[in-house]
Amino acid sequence: MLRNYFYTGLLYFIKMLEFSDRGIYCPQADVYIDPWKPVGKAIITHAHSDHARPGSDVYLCQLHSTELLKQRLGFGIKVEGLEYGKHIQINGVDISLFPAGHIIGSAQVRLEYKGEIWVVSGDYKLTDDGISTPFEPVTCHHFITECTFGLPIYKFPDQQEVFDDMNRFWQDNACEGMNTVFIGYSLGKAQRIVQGLNAGIGPVFLHGAIANIHEALARQGFAFPGERVQGDTPKEQFYKAVIIAPTSALGSPWLKKFSPYRIGFCSGWMQLRGARRRRGVDRGFILSDHADWDQLNAAVKATGAQHIYATHGYQHVYAHWVREAYGLEGHEVQSFFQPVDSEDI
Amino acid sequence: MEDFSTLFTEIDQTTKTNAKVAALVRYFEKADSADMLWAIAILSGNTPKRSIKLGNLKAWAAELAGLPMWLFEECYYIVGDLAETIALCLPPPTGQIELGLRETIHLLKGITARTDEEKKILICRHWMHIGALERFVFNKLMTGNFRMGLSKQLVIRALSIHFGMDEQMIAHSLMGKWDPDEEKLDRLFTEEPHTDRQYQPYPFYLAYPLEVDPSSLGDIHDWLVEKKYDGIRGQIIVRQHKLYIWSRGEELLTDKFPEFETLASVLPDGTVLDGEILPWKDGRPLPFQVMQTRISRKRISPKTLLDTPLAMLCYDLLELGGKDIRILEMRMRRKMLMDLLETYPTTGLLHLSPQLHFDNWDDLAVFRADARLHDCEGVMLKKWDSPYEAGRRRGKWWKWKTQALTIDGVLIYAQSGHGRRANLFTDYTFAVWDGDVLVPFAKAYSGLTDKEIAELDNWVKRHTVTKFGPVRSVHPLLVFEIAFEGIQRSSRHKSGVALRFPRILRWRRDKSVAEANHISDLRALIHVQA
Repeated sequence: MLRNYFYTGLLYFIKMLEFSDRGIYCPQADVYIDPWKPVGKAIITHAHSDHARPGSDVYLCQLHSTELLKQRLGFGIKVEGLEYGKHIQINGVDISLFPAGHIIGSAQVRLEYKGEIWVVSGDYKLTDDGISTPFEPVTCHHFITECTFGLPIYKFPDQQEVFDDMNRFWQDNACEGMNTVFIGYSLGKAQRIVQGLNAGIGPVFLHGAIANIHEALARQGFAFPGERVQGDTPKEQFYKAVIIAPTSALGSPWLKKFSPYRIGFCSGWMQLRGARRRRGVDRGFILSDHADWDQLNAAVKATGAQHIYATHGYQHVYAHWVREAYGLEGHEVQSFFQPVDSEDI
Repeated sequence: MEDFSTLFTEIDQTTKTNAKVAALVRYFEKADSADMLWAIAILSGNTPKRSIKLGNLKAWAAELAGLPMWLFEECYYIVGDLAETIALCLPPPTGQIELGLRETIHLLKGITARTDEEKKILICRHWMHIGALERFVFNKLMTGNFRMGLSKQLVIRALSIHFGMDEQMIAHSLMGKWDPDEEKLDRLFTEEPHTDRQYQPYPFYLAYPLEVDPSSLGDIHDWLVEKKYDGIRGQIIVRQHKLYIWSRGEELLTDKFPEFETLASVLPDGTVLDGEILPWKDGRPLPFQVMQTRISRKRISPKTLLDTPLAMLCYDLLELGGKDIRILEMRMRRKMLMDLLETYPTTGLLHLSPQLHFDNWDDLAVFRADARLHDCEGVMLKKWDSPYEAGRRRGKWWKWKTQALTIDGVLIYAQSGHGRRANLFTDYTFAVWDGDVLVPFAKAYSGLTDKEIAELDNWVKRHTVTKFGPVRSVHPLLVFEIAFEGIQRSSRHKSGVALRFPRILRWRRDKSVAEANHISDLRALIHVQA
């Protein structure tokens, strides 16, 4: 098997975890974490499509992710759910999952072998969104962290302020007799939007992709309000309404039936004016399921880890920063997998 | 500053013209007159001079934010806008002060003479006492180039609604440089002409490109047909024995063109000419590159003056004997222009833009197709009965440019853009074949749709060969048709040619790299022009 070891360009051997062209690999346990190609055993941090890929023999994920994984990868997959904090042993490696606060069922993977502890963060945020189990720092020696927003320009506003802004936007549009379309990722963002809206203003509708997610979440015991937009839903019902839809709906004829409407785009990327304007939407709302700059730094420090591996984002910058600012061993990990539209996640 | 910053946000948040105008009108109704004058000046591109070095601003902001310089620069690279980068990086404010727009500008004007250390203290203190949005707008005032996604035309429309005045009148009041501290609102927007603003040009009348079959314009004899020259469109003004030359971009260029100086004593007072300023030798224009080199020079040497003598090809007469004659018909104005040029000895400096004579549209079409052979980039069509209007208008004037030259090139480098295009690979370099080597020949930024840009951005990320700084070299796999207006020999470029206005015409998904053009095809185009 071909293996590439990326450590700022040098060949490098890591004891417990390796960065291979299929994903993060633990040779001792023979498991991959978030592999992007089919493997034998796969541990999945969360059900987003850039972390959960199809084709592996067996999947292990947090208990609340199992239904989502089945829905996304096929109901025939072999998947085992593990509760947060419960431990399993594979060939001497102690494996456990801890809350990452990113979306429902998102987990950090903790691996311990002969006293050495590694944690793979997956995607995470420190903000308690009131939906997913809040992030818990896990003490370790080696911390592999995402850094999607690993630049000091990303400092997200308080989520309540953002929801207040969104409700004001909805209210203003409703006063003009217009509908409001909020664009956000189906899994994670859409649930936060539904939760944050003031249902007193008007009815809430969901794009089919989001309604499907809600059905999977319902099987898992999570209930969210909102009505699925059906092909035959009469147009008059969309009055002063909110419609929540994924990015793919932008610019599609599907939006026509909600006319007249204004669009709000909900994403951490909306922090930048350029990104906001490029989307060509009416408003951008800074609502993210990732850690911003301050949260990343807080998380890294809380682990007490000496080795920090930055991946998924501005890894070069972030690795440099932890070396310089905290005197830690910061490593840049090149991710082979590049999502088709990174703004979705 | 709060009102002005709110205005900025409102304009920034919408792409709809009407909403922008409405926001402006709301602002004008609230603002006090001193602030409003400054707002109008800034919004119409009349910004105060930069008083602080950008390098200093960066260093102070990074220090306040506790960031190393390399990290600040990385942020700037991603954001693509310094004012925004600073606003995003600064720590939360420690207090609050309220300054109006005018006061804020005076704060900036007042520190020009101070030492860097004093400037730093004042700017940092101000930063720490205003909110995120105000910081951004404040930084924009300091870094200059204040653009807010608003054309001057929209400002004019909003002012015309606010004052209940004609748009053209407003446009004229706003021409040229005026000092918002010296002006008074009621004096600026008055129906009377500004006798004390003798340097003031008229708003340029601009033509739209002709997109229909010219035969739909009716009888060709109703139209004045002229060459469309490729120079600098400008107005020459002589008032009270003084000369002013304005470019279409409302830049005062008098000092750049010393050869026109004598016109101040030759032309009668109260004369305003509209025309094209060109490097002109032996009865024909020199290539535009010659002009570009000349314009970019700070000082003009006697040798340059000799090598690139300038002339104005006069299109129109806007003022004669101090009287605004724009309302007269083209036919009348042209007659007066001819009389003027014949009466006064303008010795090779001013030429009448010649009228082209055609009996029918087909003959004109043939001429237009070969425009480059006739030293022009197409033709202008002006209705004989047209007045001289203000701004870009349809109907009475049309420009009909010749087809652009095109070459199929291979994408070899990509670089990310700025502002709206920051963090997206939008600046591309294209190459043609020279044997089995690809030689870069053009850089192009525009011509693709947002959707294509997004697709290409993604492609670039997946097909990067190497990175050098912000530039990525990519696998040579994609072919694009590049259009341009002119081509010149150049010793500064690897390909040996320099292009004018290169842009992407289309993505040639149907073509393989082997089918891209050869360097000899480019060279052949040089000869077509000569």
